[in-house]
Amino acid sequence: MERYLRVNNTLTIAWKELKIYFQTPTAYVVSAMFVMFAGITFILNVIGTNPEATVRSFVVPSSIFYILLAPLLTMRLLAEEQKLGTFELLFTSPVKDWEVVIGKYIASLVTLIATLAATLYYVIMIYAFGEPDSGPVMSAYLGMILYGAAALAIGMLASSLTSNQIVSAVLGMGTLLILTFIDTLGTRLGGVTGDIILEISMRTHFGDFARGVVDTSHIVYYLSIIAVFLFLAVRSLETRRWR
Amino acid sequence: MIELDSITKYYGNYPAVTDISFRVEKGEILGFLGPNGSGKSTTMKIITGFMPPTEGTCTVAGNDILTNSLEARRHIGYLPETVPLYTDMTVSDYLEFMGKIRGLKRERLHKRVDAVVQICRLEEYFDTFISKLSKGFRQRVGIAQSIIHEPDVLILDEPTIGIDPIQVVETRELIKSLGGEHTLIVSTHILPEVSMICERVIIIHEGQIVAVDKPENLATRLRGTERVELDVKGPTREIVSALEKVSGVESVNRKSSLSDKGYSSFEIEATRGLEIRSDLASSIVNNKWDLLRLEAVGMSLEEIFLRLTTTENDTNKTGNMSVGEVSQSE
Repeated sequence: MERYLRVNNTLTIAWKELKIYFQTPTAYVVSAMFVMFAGITFILNVIGTNPEATVRSFVVPSSIFYILLAPLLTMRLLAEEQKLGTFELLFTSPVKDWEVVIGKYIASLVTLIATLAATLYYVIMIYAFGEPDSGPVMSAYLGMILYGAAALAIGMLASSLTSNQIVSAVLGMGTLLILTFIDTLGTRLGGVTGDIILEISMRTHFGDFARGVVDTSHIVYYLSIIAVFLFLAVRSLETRRWR
Repeated sequence: MIELDSITKYYGNYPAVTDISFRVEKGEILGFLGPNGSGKSTTMKIITGFMPPTEGTCTVAGNDILTNSLEARRHIGYLPETVPLYTDMTVSDYLEFMGKIRGLKRERLHKRVDAVVQICRLEEYFDTFISKLSKGFRQRVGIAQSIIHEPDVLILDEPTIGIDPIQVVETRELIKSLGGEHTLIVSTHILPEVSMICERVIIIHEGQIVAVDKPENLATRLRGTERVELDVKGPTREIVSALEKVSGVESVNRKSSLSDKGYSSFEIEATRGLEIRSDLASSIVNNKWDLLRLEAVGMSLEEIFLRLTTTENDTNKTGNMSVGEVSQSE
């Protein structure tokens, strides 16, 4: 019974956030932007000198756009509650802190997956005019979801740290920027330090998915990022109440 | 229903409340009175479980607010000082959401949403976005969410602040009507409101409780004597000496004379707890003087409040201030 109720709370919060996403322009604007970016990279491949019948051409560069997309989706989720004071109501209701965080996270994840679904249009085009391998298409989308889910978790932490949405978005983008491009530093440094830095980078773990390889270690990496950042977000909310 | 035991809360090194203990019985309406920054909101945040106290324990309906937090929260409805509303939601969506996270199931949820919308008279605004509502209506939505799950305990932090006078009256009536089935704690710094709504008052100042009593008892308790005012027509000196002979009378002061009609008014202080009015009246009548007015005077809440929350030095000054002047400075 208790367990059922908890899931219920999480879903109630997720549903409420989803409703707000689609009742306000945020989700539409952010998703449209992402689909447009993906479209540009898709067209550049098609009209290029060596067009490939793969999704790699637009999946790899699109993943970079997560740096913008994810924090814009998550910036409101926890920051606004702190600004409006509605946290006081949530946390005086019989709801656990993590149910709030996970519920909101699910809403952002659903929005992100819906956005990705819109890019399937390009995949249909590829199937219509070429003969792509289905394996890499599916693994690429799995990678996109995992990468995006990790980026959203980072955005959630950023949103928990402040009551200002802009600050939250900038914090999230900064963190994602570093975690994405730190692999360049790793390659430069080389040696053990370089390897460690390479392992930390979000981009390092994405390449294989785009190539059609589903490696458990990469899945574990993204799931760990999600777990760590969501955990930190819950703790950060708790400490804000103690102050 | 609610029990606070030596609650202390520090913000950093600054003590917001120190060693607060009190109990609220079931069905009681308790007023929480204090100037701004006295620790009212902090205490309420602790009772609702939003903020853990630095020291002390608090139980709501027998559940410790820290160790059995979720169960305690099920019994609480809360309206914080800044009415917390999701402005991007409609009234109905908002109320439904608040009901759901408090564990209402579908059928009961719909019934309760309809009920609170009716109680708070929000029918017309059912599908309006909260961002479009005026302050008074937002306040009502805030109250509506606090009672949607029929909580045993209702905690309202300055519920009448910032709304227009007609809505203030309506809101007070609404709050009053909620007493009985709910146990209420209402904080305010508007003094008349307390005597209007509350059965018992706690006055809090600089994070400490300075007085707990019924609004009418506070006056006598604080003064230590009963005070009676009377207007009599007759020779002043003889009246004073006659009145002083009435048992229980401690002092008789002539306040003023209404010279044109020959009446003088006197203020009499008597031992606390004694009813001396009939003795006074018969003494005057026996002497064949004319008695125009005889009444016991209570101290107004403003006076009590100022007496309790100002330092010794300015007590004398403020003691003479009329109620009108005080309310202006409010």
